[in-house]
Amino acid sequence: MGAERVAVVGIGQTKHDTIFDGSIAGLVRTAAERALADARMTWADIDAVVIGKAPDFFEGVMMPELYLADALGAVGKPMFRVHTAGSVGGSTAIVAQDLIAAGIHKKVLTVAFEKQSESEAMWALSLPIPFQPPMHAGAGGYFAPHIRAYMHRSKAPDHVGILVAVKDRLNACKNPYAHLHEHDITFDSVKDSMMLWDPIRFSETCPSSDGACAMVLTDEAGGDAAAADGRPPAWVHGTAFRSEPTMFAGRDQVNPQGGQDCAADVYRQAGISDPRREIDVVEMYVPFSWFEPMWLENLGFCAEGEGWQLVEAGVTQMDGDLPVNCSGGVLSSNPIGASGMLRFAEAAMQVRGQAGEHQIDGARTALGHAYGGGSQFFAMWIVGAAKP
Amino acid sequence: MSDIVLPDRLRDVAEPVRRIRTPARLDYVFMAGKATSRFLNAVAEKRLVGQRCPVCRKVYVPPRGVCPTDGVPTEEEIELPHVGTVTSFCVVNVQFYGQVMELPYVSALILLDGTDIPLMHLIQEVPADQVHMGMRVEAVWVPDEELGPTLESIKYFRPNGEPDADYETYKDNV
Repeated sequence: MGAERVAVVGIGQTKHDTIFDGSIAGLVRTAAERALADARMTWADIDAVVIGKAPDFFEGVMMPELYLADALGAVGKPMFRVHTAGSVGGSTAIVAQDLIAAGIHKKVLTVAFEKQSESEAMWALSLPIPFQPPMHAGAGGYFAPHIRAYMHRSKAPDHVGILVAVKDRLNACKNPYAHLHEHDITFDSVKDSMMLWDPIRFSETCPSSDGACAMVLTDEAGGDAAAADGRPPAWVHGTAFRSEPTMFAGRDQVNPQGGQDCAADVYRQAGISDPRREIDVVEMYVPFSWFEPMWLENLGFCAEGEGWQLVEAGVTQMDGDLPVNCSGGVLSSNPIGASGMLRFAEAAMQVRGQAGEHQIDGARTALGHAYGGGSQFFAMWIVGAAKP
Repeated sequence: MSDIVLPDRLRDVAEPVRRIRTPARLDYVFMAGKATSRFLNAVAEKRLVGQRCPVCRKVYVPPRGVCPTDGVPTEEEIELPHVGTVTSFCVVNVQFYGQVMELPYVSALILLDGTDIPLMHLIQEVPADQVHMGMRVEAVWVPDEELGPTLESIKYFRPNGEPDADYETYKDNV
């Protein structure tokens, strides 16, 4: 952590949906305007813009940040693009916070987006690799064997993935910005949904969404000013990023070392020794339902092999002692590039007390988590209602 | 945050153009490098070769020429058998743009005997619902005249009838 304290004073997002009825520029500007309005700021107040999205291959627009500079009010200001696959929304926010922590800028706008309606994400994630047969089938095809390995290793019963899916989709009904509002979802409807990438069912899979998320981050003076104005900021207590190679002998893709190290680092910065007790609410990157128990273990909320027991006991429900993805999570909205920033922003919304119907009363400390690539990039932050 | 208001004469769009399909095509030249060239040339001769790291002794296939853990060249070449163990797998039922496989198909992580990292390939000649972790499989090659420097020289893997491998023998490779 740098010397300067960093505060989240503005958060905005679009209504995530199958199609955002507008351009990519309109999408990111909508989220950015909402974040500025929340921060009671105008474009002129912003010193720099940091933008992130998943691979350019998705929409087929090369370096979209070039043409988005004017839509984001970045003309004549520093603008940076971040790219770390699915974790990018998280790492984009971290780069923005670093610019303030380092004392370089005072007010930074950070934005992340994806417009999957203009994408061929399955195609982009399934490109033939020169020395392999043409059998790749998107992210689900990549992660399904790891989920199967987790189920085998932990002896988790099959219904755990279903429980997570039902929980997240019902939570999403409390979030007006969530893509899916499946009020009538049931255990049986998830169970009976098609096996897309066995053992992953259709209803245990994230949707394809258009969406954007934006945040305004400030230095300590900016956070104090917002607080004095009756708009409590979220204070950043720690940020961490880790990566590891896609393939090496003995790599544990169920419980990756990079994720464990990233969690340990962010907890150390935030002075957290018992995350299960000290963290009030978690926004975790769960694109396929089984990643909730897997990440519970990877993030140190329980011992290895016990994550599914927390799910089964209802610990991660909104009324449990460790609510996970009250917003509905990635399982209910997946504008890929924005999904990590949404986790970070939703964590900040919880400690600011602005999460509306999916607010956890009295949330003081929250974890935002994102991962990307072949479970090889990890981005996390801890935000708190109190100053670090 | 004010909405932009257009003059009346610019508002009338009878048929909004919402989406235009704009296909892009990408052709790549792939430079395999020395280790992968050795591997691909061996495949063209119906052989499988891996390389062993001199430090951790792990055997990589396809070899990458360097050990990602120890950062040293993997100079010792190992001739590998064409049999291995399914360490995990996925039954794919998803149709998507550009897909060439017929559904459903089984993509599996296969740990060739004597190696330390699984490679991904197809499992066939067995119903998808009978594929399981620990299943022993063997490579089925294309006819000799179709062999080339590509893993597509292996059509797929199929069960070889051996008893299942013990989980302990492959648990570090799932």
